[in-house]
Amino acid sequence: MRERVPFPGGGEEVKAMNTALPQKQAEAHSTGAPEQAPAPAPASTPVVAPSPAPAKVVRLTIDGQEVEAREGETVLDAARRVGRDIPTLCYHPAVGRIGSCRVCVVEIEGARNLPASCVTPVAQGMVVHTNTPAVREARRTVVELLLAAHPHDCLKCERNGRCELQNLAMRLGIRTARFNREREHREPDASSPALVRQPDKCVLCGRCVKVCNEIQATGVLGFAYRGTRSCVTPMFEHGLGESKCVSCGQCAKVCPVGAISEKEEWERVLDAIADPNLHVVIQVAPAVRAAIGEEFGIPAGTAVTGKLATALHRLGFDAVFDTQFTADLTIMEEGHELLERMKSKGRLPLITSCSPGWVRFCETFFPDFLENLSSCKSPQQMMGAVIKTYYAKKAGIAPDKIFSVSAMPCTAKKYECARPEMNASGVRDVDVALTTRELARLIKAAGIDLASLPDGEFDPPLGISTGAGTIFGVTGGVMEAALRTVSEVVAKRSAGKAAGGGKLEFVEVRGLEGIREAVVDLGGQQVRVAVASGLGNAARLLQRIRDGKASYHFVEIMACPGGCIEGGGQPRSGDPEIAAKRASAVYAEDRRMKARRSHENLAVRRLYEEFLGEPGSEVAHRLLHTTYHSVEEAAQVASARKEAM
Amino acid sequence: MSAAQTKQTKDKRARLEVAPKPGEAGGTACKCQGKLPDDRYGILDDIIAKHKDVPGSLIPVLHEAQQLFGCLPEDVQARIAKGLGVPESEVYGVATFYSLFSLRPKGKWTVNVCLGTACYVRGAAACLEAVKKELGVDIGGTSRDGLFTLQAVRCLGACALAPVVMIGDTVFARVKPEDIPRILAEYAASHSSESAAS
Repeated sequence: MRERVPFPGGGEEVKAMNTALPQKQAEAHSTGAPEQAPAPAPASTPVVAPSPAPAKVVRLTIDGQEVEAREGETVLDAARRVGRDIPTLCYHPAVGRIGSCRVCVVEIEGARNLPASCVTPVAQGMVVHTNTPAVREARRTVVELLLAAHPHDCLKCERNGRCELQNLAMRLGIRTARFNREREHREPDASSPALVRQPDKCVLCGRCVKVCNEIQATGVLGFAYRGTRSCVTPMFEHGLGESKCVSCGQCAKVCPVGAISEKEEWERVLDAIADPNLHVVIQVAPAVRAAIGEEFGIPAGTAVTGKLATALHRLGFDAVFDTQFTADLTIMEEGHELLERMKSKGRLPLITSCSPGWVRFCETFFPDFLENLSSCKSPQQMMGAVIKTYYAKKAGIAPDKIFSVSAMPCTAKKYECARPEMNASGVRDVDVALTTRELARLIKAAGIDLASLPDGEFDPPLGISTGAGTIFGVTGGVMEAALRTVSEVVAKRSAGKAAGGGKLEFVEVRGLEGIREAVVDLGGQQVRVAVASGLGNAARLLQRIRDGKASYHFVEIMACPGGCIEGGGQPRSGDPEIAAKRASAVYAEDRRMKARRSHENLAVRRLYEEFLGEPGSEVAHRLLHTTYHSVEEAAQVASARKEAM
Repeated sequence: MSAAQTKQTKDKRARLEVAPKPGEAGGTACKCQGKLPDDRYGILDDIIAKHKDVPGSLIPVLHEAQQLFGCLPEDVQARIAKGLGVPESEVYGVATFYSLFSLRPKGKWTVNVCLGTACYVRGAAACLEAVKKELGVDIGGTSRDGLFTLQAVRCLGACALAPVVMIGDTVFARVKPEDIPRILAEYAASHSSESAAS
């Protein structure tokens, strides 16, 4: 279906590599084309992962050292495993092989040129040299050419000090500039509410293009033109804001330089805190605490919940709330919606709507599934609405005097909170959504050393949560949280069992594979569920549902591969194990919590008693639920709104 | 199947209203101008259908689409992307990578000024300047009257005749800058008499 375009930089090698990849990896890489998907299993049986073929062992020599490698592995992987750290630029473990930048070239005896080690498979008897004069000269020239085309404004760049191009220049010892800039200038693009592109800084590595097309299947970013005019751009050089971009930010997370990043808004938060007339509150998403420590030198996989609460209090927020509270609230509403739809034979599968990148993707590319989307707002927007209504009333503060901040692992949350309908309180519900990276900047700017802080607590009542809210941060978590509650509600209804008797850990929906299926027994009824993360996987799953090859009752979809822990606003990392480490931090947090089912959250219960009534009530619908529009419809709504004004 | 066909027909109709009419400002100079211009989107759909599911068909489709429309405007590229199931960014990437594709309408005639070595040493640069001045455009641009698109080429293989300028299919040999206004004026005059006659 997809044709390979002869862009400069040798696509052939990549193609050759992909065919040589072990089954499991190859699957992770090819996400776009549905016909390449493994034959779907019957809906009632879980998909069984194909067992990888036994890998043949290959012997080769790297810098005089005998090395054993798996057949199909690249020279780069084999070399890194034995402590030869070949420099790379376009290669990224979460993106896969590209082979465009030629920074990782090595000498292989018998080869007529210097092959790129990231796309060259190992072979029996191969003799590799990773650090010869020819190799060093080639690498240095490549980086010098990149530097020549790069604006030299590092001191003012968001990536200053943590830029992969800077690191390369440092490592290769570049001290002079031999070449002059000949590249065509292009203006920065700030048209998106979530992301900013600075094409002059782009090194044309192709990571974002591969992520956008193959992993996220949105097909917004692509290479255009050639030679000194080459650039990465949406079609017809439109701004991202005018394109089909869903703001997932996966491009920003893998960009090696400052060419794509989130729209920075953290200084607005500092201004608000300094304003004595504003009551400034913050909510923190579950995935943030599982990753922000990395920005402060704390080992990956460590949740820093208590330290983060302390840091936020010290920053001067008037109240520190937890998005996990509204994650619990989401389960109450969405669980209710699921049971309603199953009882009344409503539209199934019910599909989760927590991930704004996914919601936008559905509105743009799969509008026929909009009726399947849960009408629940995301936890961020529920919290925004609850803060400026329930909390405002309780605290006796006018909603327009509350400045509501969110800290999210996500760039699409910036887009989401700016959606015009997100003003249940009469004013904009969430004023600023910060990414995890921005929150780290905010904390650093205030001179707070997160690592050395004592543990603190989130503020009641909206800072109280359960383990079910915690696991929202990882793919499969919303599904598991819903099952924890729904299974108990159903068990109670059918058998009059006491609370606490239901199943707690639904390990069958856990894991980092792109698509997972399971059948869950709920009070005798076999409920078919599926979980997809990454929009390419979501597209494959939806296509199977469309084609009638699969059917489910309940589906969880997250825009980012791995879920929120790997969101577009999370700390950038080159660690291939990063998703697994962050996921383990999330599950450890869940086990640490006293209450682990959403309906056991006493603060949520109180919110219903004092304010909302019951799940699905009229007030709940007004504040916590929303509607969706296909992109065409949305354009009509917007123009109608303009006319009305 | 029938539902899909109905949808396609409906799409065709929807496009008819936005398709530029011949001679209208902003209209594209198309090869079937004056015949059935409004049906071009339907023809495009047939082209796409013919190539669909054939690997490597993007370039042939773009080629045929350009012959049909004279260039590859955005709506045409978006339609091709949707029809072939290829990301829009990829279609745009191919359309901008190859110099034979053009995003903007081209003039009735393409003026190719040869800047190959032989032509260059015999004064091609001055000829190029003269054409630029006369048409008021830069390389790649199209004159305001929509008649001429200026291109610079590296060698036309007529070095003995240097410097060479080619207009449409006609080669002008040993061109001097002062010849340029007269040559272009003759083309413009032939166009006016053609349109007066029809």
